[in-house]
Amino acid sequence: MVAYYHSAMDKVFKALADETRRQLLDRLHADNGQTLGQLCEHLAMTRQAVTKHLVLLEEANLVATVRRGREKLHYLNPVPIHEIAERWIGKFERHRLQALGDLKKNLESSDE
Amino acid sequence: MNKPSFVYVTYIRSTPEKVWDAITDIKISGQYWGGGCHMNVSDWKAGSKWEHQRNDGSGVADIVGTVIESKRPGRLVITWAAPGEAADPEKTSRVVFEIEPHKDDVVRLTVTHSELEPGSEMLRASWFYYPDPTGTYHYVQSTNLLLSPWRVSAGCMTAALIGGEELIAAAHAVFPRSD
Repeated sequence: MVAYYHSAMDKVFKALADETRRQLLDRLHADNGQTLGQLCEHLAMTRQAVTKHLVLLEEANLVATVRRGREKLHYLNPVPIHEIAERWIGKFERHRLQALGDLKKNLESSDE
Repeated sequence: MNKPSFVYVTYIRSTPEKVWDAITDIKISGQYWGGGCHMNVSDWKAGSKWEHQRNDGSGVADIVGTVIESKRPGRLVITWAAPGEAADPEKTSRVVFEIEPHKDDVVRLTVTHSELEPGSEMLRASWFYYPDPTGTYHYVQSTNLLLSPWRVSAGCMTAALIGGEELIAAAHAVFPRSD
């Protein structure tokens, strides 16, 4: 059992260790439930390459898919990322970290 | 059916029956859902009503809906609305719980949340607890519509989404993992 979760976590970190895959997650975060075609738009990559990245993300449980008619919709599944946060962020640290994050966002957005 | 607004998948070391019961049993759901301040009440038969009731003996429901499909232990489909808005399809969303054996003693739980009608504010499904400066926690919808505030115990103070993320986090608390 422990080994099962370790290998699942390895897949999550391996999947995240790639800028293109992180970009795909960003796109789903901005607009959840996209088809392969939609995800390929504005990406300087072949459809096959995008498919390969999506398979890795799905195997890592970072992307979940839903069939709707003939379409396959891709969703960002934040569950593994939530597990990472739960593992290393204490329950009572969250509000402090939120405040710090908001401070940073506030300052950096006023720079622009 | 419109496209789902979110899909959450988690793997839980348990059996499908136990996962089903954790969602539907008054006592078990009362242990974790809403930080232990809410329980899910219904006979879980298709066509029956269900209520997400406060666990404080008041019997007050903060979310209500209808059971659409109920096949223990694999599939539960319910509607989801604020009490007062249950008759309005535009303010009702639909939640599907799919519970499948994965491998060995691991179960795959998928929570899919869809709105029934486009334009519904429930699309964001962001019911959450919001503290005011006095420490009173309000049940708030994403539209900032304040619903009856009530004081809650420390155990309920974690701000959390209801409808997926919270359930999943809490399900792991009920079935602690070994790593």
